[in-house]
Amino acid sequence: MPAERREVVLTEEGPVLVSGPVEIVLPDGRRVTADRPVNALCLCRRSRRYPICDTSHRTRTREDS
Amino acid sequence: MLSATVPPPVTSPSLPRPRGPVSAAVLDALRGGPVRVDVSGADPYGDDVQLALHCCYELHYRGFDGVDDDLEWDPALLAVRGDLERLFLAALRADVEAGADVAAEVDALLVEPVGPDVGGVSHHLRRDGELWQLREYVVHRSIYHLKEADPQAWVIPRLPGPAKAALVTVEHDEYGGGDPDRMHARLFADMMRELGLDDSYGHYVDSVPAETLAEVNLMSMCGLRRSLRGALVGQFAAVELTSSPGSQRLVRAMRRLGCGPAAIAFYDEHVEADAVHEQIIRRGVLGPLLAAEPGLAADVVFGIRAYLHLGDRLGERLLDCWSRGASSLRGDTVGA
Ligand code: FES
Ligand SMILES: [Fe+2]
Ligand SMILES: [Fe+2]
Repeated sequence: MPAERREVVLTEEGPVLVSGPVEIVLPDGRRVTADRPVNALCLCRRSRRYPICDTSHRTRTREDS
Repeated sequence: MLSATVPPPVTSPSLPRPRGPVSAAVLDALRGGPVRVDVSGADPYGDDVQLALHCCYELHYRGFDGVDDDLEWDPALLAVRGDLERLFLAALRADVEAGADVAAEVDALLVEPVGPDVGGVSHHLRRDGELWQLREYVVHRSIYHLKEADPQAWVIPRLPGPAKAALVTVEHDEYGGGDPDRMHARLFADMMRELGLDDSYGHYVDSVPAETLAEVNLMSMCGLRRSLRGALVGQFAAVELTSSPGSQRLVRAMRRLGCGPAAIAFYDEHVEADAVHEQIIRRGVLGPLLAAEPGLAADVVFGIRAYLHLGDRLGERLLDCWSRGASSLRGDTVGA
């Protein structure tokens, strides 16, 4: 048992915030490390750096001339 | 991490060249002359005032070569700084619409405009920027990024407990999480050298226009004045909330233009880091700060809008110069 429970914060709009360092195991077995004190992991699946959030979950507005 | 290689000795930058009577008078005072500075009638956004302010603020960061460090607390020079700040602040308060709805302001920043007609410097650089333009962009940014996170560090003791702890979490990340080689200022310097630019602190001050200095002066002003702590947090929030998508565009610009790994690494790091910093600033800093000091809401909005306002001014200058094929820098100092 770890001495202290780690906090995992589910956000409304996008990522889950996980305190690091952590190792993420993907379905294909690939391992990704996230070593920041706080890491944003993508839940929206739109990140180009999945499983790391890159703010692709944000609302987009089209601007046309 | 604590066993990092011995860094080169610290050197202070040399004094910049004056840009008018106000900055000339401040520079004279820094060389040990009498403090005789009259700011009345000066253009708050102009080169003269912004360079004078920059020089006053640098005393609090690295100082200048050959300038007495104790001038940082010289009452006469501090009075000059106060006069310059009143001028700058009055212009910003007049040009920035007041508001107090921080949540609405944040929501607006989190919407990403997309499409072929979206304006802005990073959009331009991603789409069809040229290498000389990218290098100029990095020169402008060097005034801040070579001391990245320093202006915001001034606000730490001014924040209540939870907001302070969260802001320090972000600052710690900006400072490399304890690893000097990962400090964002260091990553920026590595990028500069790879792009063939001089990474010594203050090297390009003479090359950058008032618009560039004004952005950083806003940070220093809000950081050094406790009364503007709300504005500092707003300014920091505006950076952290908008940086990630902008950094992604710069990564794509760098790749398209065939830049090397250090150039890509700086903005690449900011895509991921600032996706996290956004969350920490919103949840950990803005929320608790406004709960503890609700009266700061208007200043937070002011900080956000003032920063965007100055960013727009700089962006317009860059795009205007570049659309004419002209350099956005003063003189031909980069050899780009
Ligand atoms: S949750 Fe942020 S990119 Fe998917
Ligand atoms: Fe950074
Ligand atoms: Fe950041």
